[in-house]
Amino acid sequence: MMKASPYLLLVLVLAVGFTLATDLEPRAAQWSQRSKSDNVFSMLFGDGRRLFANQFFTMADVYFHSGYYPSVFDQREAGPKEIVATSHGHKDSDEDEKKEDFLGKPKDWIDRFGRHFRITEHTHLENNNEREILPWLRLAAEMDPQMIETYTVGSYFLREHLNQPKEAEAFLREGLRNNPDSYEILFELGRLYNENYHDTERARNVWQLALNKWYDRYKNDPTGAKDNKLGFEEITVNLARLEENAGNYEAAIRWFQATQKVSPVPDAIQQQIDAIKAKMASPTNTPAVLLH
Amino acid sequence: MNTILALSGVVIKEMYRRKDFYVLFVLTALITIAAGAVNFFHDPKIVRYVKDICMLLIWVSALLVAIVTTARQIPAERESRTIFPLLAKPVTRWQVIVGKFLGCWLATGLALLVFYVFFAIITGSREQHWPWLTYLQALWLQWVMIAVVIALSLCVSIFSAAPSSTTTICFITVAGILMVGGHLNTVALRQSQPLQNIFYTIYFLIPHLEWFDIRDRVVYDWGLVDWLDCLLASVYAAVYAGLFLLLAWLGFRRKSLNT
Repeated sequence: MMKASPYLLLVLVLAVGFTLATDLEPRAAQWSQRSKSDNVFSMLFGDGRRLFANQFFTMADVYFHSGYYPSVFDQREAGPKEIVATSHGHKDSDEDEKKEDFLGKPKDWIDRFGRHFRITEHTHLENNNEREILPWLRLAAEMDPQMIETYTVGSYFLREHLNQPKEAEAFLREGLRNNPDSYEILFELGRLYNENYHDTERARNVWQLALNKWYDRYKNDPTGAKDNKLGFEEITVNLARLEENAGNYEAAIRWFQATQKVSPVPDAIQQQIDAIKAKMASPTNTPAVLLH
Repeated sequence: MNTILALSGVVIKEMYRRKDFYVLFVLTALITIAAGAVNFFHDPKIVRYVKDICMLLIWVSALLVAIVTTARQIPAERESRTIFPLLAKPVTRWQVIVGKFLGCWLATGLALLVFYVFFAIITGSREQHWPWLTYLQALWLQWVMIAVVIALSLCVSIFSAAPSSTTTICFITVAGILMVGGHLNTVALRQSQPLQNIFYTIYFLIPHLEWFDIRDRVVYDWGLVDWLDCLLASVYAAVYAGLFLLLAWLGFRRKSLNT
């Protein structure tokens, strides 16, 4: 029998391997349900990556507090993370500051002395340092693309504190691609158009779409609607203010009346309605938009 | 003193001949540089996550170098039987213990210095800000904490069967103290008796290594810890290191050297 050269055998094996690869590759793509757009995390962890997303989101909150954050051993009142609350316009009151003092008084000399090395002051990032939370939000979005808060919080800090509306819009659109029915992302997108681009028309359209999505989600779920009435209130109150600024007072009143139904402070909303009605009745009534 | 310095010199030479430190340093450098190269929202000024990752790697690497280097010192001498010619010279067992401790401590200190210089270069190049005193303080406190860890490892290695078990025991102990040690009092308060007393006793007995971890202050730019507190913490660490060395010597003094 003729003796084959090992180099020839190697070439033969390589040729067979290459031929098989060209044949099998298109089929192999169909074996897996995974789409080609999946990122490296979904390839590595599969659905398990969602477990990490919340941890990364918490890291963003830790960074927002510059390290002053309760551990699993510390007592802290349950509630939304402060980056979420801040993105909804919440500002810390003295009451909140007290709640944030999770350390309390030192329990013993070890605790007292140890605090000289720890961060014991409640602060929030400011002066453009808010950018430091962004890597964690980006990672959280990569890990769990369905975690909507990541996009809304990220967008808020990008446009409001870092003056990067384009990056904010791109992030929101990415969120919208992953969550096409999210009224939260649409609401934040409307805020971006209204507050940063001053594009009233697009803001109105996006908020109305957000409202439709809200209705669609909760039309058969009264409990869910009750629990998420803040979303409804935010959309309608912003629509009302948009219409008021545009001089569409009747529309503004209608939106405020819608807000009034779910608002915890209906009297304050009524005052705003009365103020608009007074403007309408006033002979010197000129819409703000026409003055500029 | 010359004997102790000679013994420690051997340990330092051993460390730079072995590949442990180089591998850990290259890994730290690669991971940090890779993390720093990632672009988030086209903002080149984001830096804290890089500092955070690099500091974590420095801490893990330093603990690895310290514990692994220390854990094999006495067992290796016994196994290769070089302990006999060593003790045949005018060297006492106490000097062996102190020499080994000093060697491991200085060697880890050198490794830490390299790591911190790298850290300063990487972070400084990104944020154009060089808080040298903060870095020096962080390095000092970490090095002082490492002294306790080395003394503990040396002590465990005297009583333990093999370097691997010493390494495992020390890692679990140190990681446990760093993560839970400072919270044991809080945990104790939520327990009923006698668990509460047991937790409190452990809390007051263990060396509180978590004090020396000022990574958060470095990462979040919180500035310096009071130097007097640093001094007091150093004295506290020296007491615990001395205690573990004494225990190691007591064990080694009566130990049979035949394997």
